Amino acid sequence: MNARIPAILFVVCLTCSLAASAQELRWGGDAEGGAPYVEADPSDPGRVVGFDVEVAQLLASGLGTTARFIQVGFTSIDAEAARGDFDVGLSGIEDSAARRARLAVTIPYYEFREVMTVRAADAGKYRSLADLRGRHVATLGSTLAYDLLVDAQVRDGIVPVTYEDDVHPYSDLVLGRVDAVVLDAILANRGVRRNAGLVNQPSTLAIGHYVGILAADRTALRDRMNDVLRNAMRDGRLEAIFKRWNVWNEDQPRLYARVLADTSSYPVPASSLAPSPDVARTLLDSRSWQAAARYLPALFRAAAITIVLSCLSMGLAVVVGALIASGRVYGAAPLRIALTGYVEVIRGTPLLLQLFVLYFGLAAFIQLPALAAALLGLGLNYAAYESEIYRGALEAVPVGQLDAARTLGLSERQILMLIRAPQAFRLALAPMTNDFVALLKDSSLVSVITVVELTKETSIFASNIGSWVVPGMMCAAMYLAMSLPLARVARRIERGWRHA
Amino acid sequence: MTSASANAPADKILDVRSLVVRRGDRTIVSDVTFATSRGEVVALMGASGAGKSTILRALAGLDPIAAGTISIPRPVAMVFQFHHLFANMTAHKNVWLALVHVFKRPHADSERRAQQLLDALGVGHRASAMPHELSGGEAQRVAIARALAIEPPVLLMDEPTASLDPARRGDLASTLRELAGQGRTIVVATHDAEFARACAHRVLMVEGGRLR
Repeated sequence: MNARIPAILFVVCLTCSLAASAQELRWGGDAEGGAPYVEADPSDPGRVVGFDVEVAQLLASGLGTTARFIQVGFTSIDAEAARGDFDVGLSGIEDSAARRARLAVTIPYYEFREVMTVRAADAGKYRSLADLRGRHVATLGSTLAYDLLVDAQVRDGIVPVTYEDDVHPYSDLVLGRVDAVVLDAILANRGVRRNAGLVNQPSTLAIGHYVGILAADRTALRDRMNDVLRNAMRDGRLEAIFKRWNVWNEDQPRLYARVLADTSSYPVPASSLAPSPDVARTLLDSRSWQAAARYLPALFRAAAITIVLSCLSMGLAVVVGALIASGRVYGAAPLRIALTGYVEVIRGTPLLLQLFVLYFGLAAFIQLPALAAALLGLGLNYAAYESEIYRGALEAVPVGQLDAARTLGLSERQILMLIRAPQAFRLALAPMTNDFVALLKDSSLVSVITVVELTKETSIFASNIGSWVVPGMMCAAMYLAMSLPLARVARRIERGWRHA
Repeated sequence: MTSASANAPADKILDVRSLVVRRGDRTIVSDVTFATSRGEVVALMGASGAGKSTILRALAGLDPIAAGTISIPRPVAMVFQFHHLFANMTAHKNVWLALVHVFKRPHADSERRAQQLLDALGVGHRASAMPHELSGGEAQRVAIARALAIEPPVLLMDEPTASLDPARRGDLASTLRELAGQGRTIVVATHDAEFARACAHRVLMVEGGRLR
């Protein structure tokens, strides 16, 4: 009898949770996006506030349910919506042809303008993207603004720089790391408010819309949401929400008039961007190998950045690691304590955090270029791990050999260079190869400080064509093509030494 | 051959007085006094842990002494129980390394001298072998060649018969006698009484860190 109790409890819990989920509208968003979209309530960090939170509540009440927030990373929101991890995604999500092709998209509920922000001193010099040839222009990855910059890269010769968040593009603009930022007006106004010395240029570069996204097969729910949104446009509830968050403007009544005049699922074009033939073709060719072929040069460029960055970082890690190991084996007590402290701090904190500190944290004192910060971050992090390998290898060389060398009159430096280090290097080679392969893959973390390496380029590729299958396979093939020969070379060296 | 605790020969080359060696709080060697003359082979005999190796290490300058004095001509060479050839270089390079890097002899001369020593010890044909490719006896001969290369007036040997079969022990005893005949002083630590009888002019018994 007792054995049945857990099973009965399980069925009861399952039934309760299913009943609860039927009463809830699960909506996905990224609280990191911040106000006015979605952010943790400063007075109660357990709950979220923002206009998207209120739009979700509006939808839920219109559907006769309650809204439940699910935290989702902004860059993975499309994939999770497609998997059905939540009912609807809302987080300043831009309407696009690619999204319409693979997801069920609601009618737009907000119209935004893409604007360019520059330093006040440059306001007369940089009026449009055409004035920024050879200059770095920042934006968020996987956005309409990014497509706009890719287009301008071909047309005007600007250098797009992608960020993972919408705060650092503006702080880097103040620091002079970039010369302009292109993002939607809501973010641009916030950026100008928070950073002194920035201005928004008056011209509109493009117009876009915020929508809700659902799994492709949930068109019935999407259509019910569209009815709720249309009603809220008519009776002023949407207007009230946007006014509460100070983002209401004259563009919205015009949008609502167009939406209410057209009862189709997509009453306005996906975006007013006029993509170049290349960008348009990419969107049309989504899910095809032709799109992959077009991305291949960009992937090769990114792979080159990955391999160069990895090789230089490993070189730095080997040199610094060897110095640390020597200091820990031969140094005086204070030096040994300091070096042990360095190793423990570096190994005990995430590489991602170290990269943020190097690039953004130290920016007020020293402005490292992104690639230099990436090289230093990876190199100094791996140096801590390398030093432990070398220290272990140095201490593994039999003490008897060192004594024998001392009786022959060799100095400690000669013993290290002629006897100890060469033997230690042989012992360290296998773990070093292992570390290099790990570094090759860890180099993908530097995308958080705007370096577009292989994984980042693949992620851009994947979000543009709406699938990870082909980009993922190509990316994996490139990483393998870089790491396998390395392992073979290391094995050959080891074999050579064994037979030497 | 005599078995005395401290005989003072007329032409002293090595003179040890009241030697004390400590490791931490432990006294390993205490109040050891002896001297040797040129061309003499002296065996330090005793059970394992008696302090023989520690006396040799103190003579070689590898272990600090707590008290007493050691008068010994430099350079001092030592052949270790497990040979401790440098694993990353050939037998030949093991022998010429110190000549080039410590004594700054020309490279070619040093290599020639190393080959002569290896030939003299019967392992010339193994010059290009790596240490792990040598047998115990071959490795020991290379280690002796390495020690002799720096032309030390005094050669210290720690348990040299540990890795040798009986026939090789006899060969080694003859080799040591030959070296002594050339004027070299040899102090050998061993627990092998037969070997000590075969090679040493004098045997000093070590027990509990003291000469008996």
